Amino acid sequence: MATPPHSDPADKVALVSGDTANAGALAGLHARLMLFPPYRLTGDVLKRLGFSGRSAVIAIPYVWLLAFFLTPFLIVLKISFAETVVAIPPYTALITFAENGWIAFHATLDNYTFLFDDPLYINSYLSSLKIASIATLITLSVGYPIAYGMVRSPRRWRFALLMLVILPFWTSFLIRVYAWIGILKKEGLLNLALINLGVISEPLTILNTDTAVYIGIVYSYLPFMVLPLYANLEKMDLNLLEAAADLGCRPIKAFWVITIPLSLSGIIAGCFLVFIPAVGEFVIPDLLGGSETLMIGKTLWSEFFYNRDWPLSSAVAVLLLLVLVIPIVLFQRIQERNARAEA
Amino acid sequence: MSDVGTAANAARSGSSAARQRWAPWNDPNEKPHVQIVGVTKRFGDFVAVDNVSLDIYKREFFSLLGPSGCGKTTLLRMLAGFETPSEGKILLEGEDMSGVPPYQRPVNMMFQSYALFPHMNVEKNIAFGLKQDGVPKEEIDRRVAEVIEMVQLGSFARRKPHQLSGGQRQRVALARSLVKKPKMLLLDEPLGALDKNLRTQTQFELMNIQEETGITFVIVTHDQEEAMTVSSRIAVMDHGRIAQVSTPGELYEFPNSRYVADFIGEVNILEGRVSGREGDHMLVQSADAGCVIETGPSGDEPEGRQVWVALRPEKMMISKEAPPPGTRNCIAGEVWDIGYLGNLSIYHVKLDSGKMATVTQANMARLIERPITWEERVYLTWTPNAAVVLQS
Repeated sequence: MATPPHSDPADKVALVSGDTANAGALAGLHARLMLFPPYRLTGDVLKRLGFSGRSAVIAIPYVWLLAFFLTPFLIVLKISFAETVVAIPPYTALITFAENGWIAFHATLDNYTFLFDDPLYINSYLSSLKIASIATLITLSVGYPIAYGMVRSPRRWRFALLMLVILPFWTSFLIRVYAWIGILKKEGLLNLALINLGVISEPLTILNTDTAVYIGIVYSYLPFMVLPLYANLEKMDLNLLEAAADLGCRPIKAFWVITIPLSLSGIIAGCFLVFIPAVGEFVIPDLLGGSETLMIGKTLWSEFFYNRDWPLSSAVAVLLLLVLVIPIVLFQRIQERNARAEA
Repeated sequence: MSDVGTAANAARSGSSAARQRWAPWNDPNEKPHVQIVGVTKRFGDFVAVDNVSLDIYKREFFSLLGPSGCGKTTLLRMLAGFETPSEGKILLEGEDMSGVPPYQRPVNMMFQSYALFPHMNVEKNIAFGLKQDGVPKEEIDRRVAEVIEMVQLGSFARRKPHQLSGGQRQRVALARSLVKKPKMLLLDEPLGALDKNLRTQTQFELMNIQEETGITFVIVTHDQEEAMTVSSRIAVMDHGRIAQVSTPGELYEFPNSRYVADFIGEVNILEGRVSGREGDHMLVQSADAGCVIETGPSGDEPEGRQVWVALRPEKMMISKEAPPPGTRNCIAGEVWDIGYLGNLSIYHVKLDSGKMATVTQANMARLIERPITWEERVYLTWTPNAAVVLQS
């Protein structure tokens, strides 16, 4: 505790009250509260445990991650080492207490080996990564011009344009994906429009193909690409492009050698934000994709709900996490090393 | 900088007296390097540059001086090609520059913010311009090394801009705009971001580099001291117009308007009317002064015309002794404030007419106690040559 046991707390009040009004009042309040035993005791205990106000603030995100990310993950991880049984819950316990006081530890890697035995799972992973990568690239090539256009538009328009990007979020994701069915189906809006315009004579089959999945992913995740790019491009000093032009660089080349490299962090952030959820996407391939559209999210869903194989679907989920986390961690390591090499 | 350097050396080989007299703007046979002909630039209803015509000569260090918003930067940006004139044209070596985009102009600019490419190190920043022109790699390396040495950045060549101090960044920006040996270098407030000591030092370095390279420099500044130090000539701008174009000396000693007199250095301006002539000298009856002012040799003005007399503070004498009554060029007042700067003392004197006048006096003698103090009655006098008559 800060005050020695026999010092008169009133002294402290007097000492701090000479400060500027606000700080003085606050310190005065603190000193007065210190006279109050429960307050003093709590502070004392927390301090002895090594807590301070600052560490409490820092602790909030950690506690959040612990409660809502790490704990569920550990539960899933635990289930992935169990076996399926017809029971509630439908998997064996990891630890059982035998009658003679022994603790039995029962875990199996069968679920993981099974993932590699049946090509369905590997193919689902590969197909998901492929669809997510291509969709991310398309989103980038659509999102970059949008973000660029927004940044270069007159200032008074920018808020409206930003709202146009954000506004669809206010409608349910599910409803927006359903709406695409109405647009893409054989007698849907798109085919009707194209036929009436005379572009095509026979309706196109888009719904229930991979194309529809790409359209769905690009549409749904576009804001996640546009917003980080917009934030990044908006910070760019336009004098740099003038400087490039002044030094003899044509505008198109300046875009590639100045604008793109400087917006790289926005590009990476946007791509991660689109790619990661897209890999595990379930709703879009389920609603817009065909029966042969293979994505790990769909596989996981059927494993969990149709086969009621919780341990196997948990293993699918854990592997998916590793597939995503390991490359990201490696990528960040490389970036940090590069940054350190430069410094 | 070999070829340009020799040209500059040839120019420097003349005596300093010859350099003093170097004034191509007075030589009718000299062709201007840059001609700005009747250029106007409008942004909507706002006229940023209003019918400006200027001739800038080769190897000049030309300043555009004025308060912020006077159009000097817009004019510079038109020279660089970032803005197109609404009217008029710009000729570089007799060639019309209208329609020539910035990336094709043989002109380089140093930006106020420096605009260094943050993702490139010093070398790459400097090499950028040469790379765009497809200069062979060995030549790029050689020329980059040359300018890096010229701006003394040798040990920082591999650093990125964010790892440099403000002064170092300024040098990189200068090196980057010099390395292409432009026909004209445009500098937008090049020293604005530096602290005062560094600024003074860099002013002289800029002058040396300009002489060494022989490149025509056009600089935009709002700092009259900076313009006076570095320039061969200065164009003072006011609301998009050119108020006066002169050498620093002429600008200070022979301003053509109250605006210029006031902008360049300190000045006392006394209003009055022409009351007569005595040979070369004009007589001005001034209520501000409360006496007749006899001015230096000046042109004819009709009697009764309103004029303003400009008096520089350092060209006036301050004394406690009252001169004989009826003396010309003498105003009386009371010391209102004294600023002691060590080498100088500044006296603010409240004249009998109620106007404030400023007089500076060099502190020649080493005295702690000055003879003149607050609230004393003093008399300010000057020689007729000190007074400049302004018609506007």
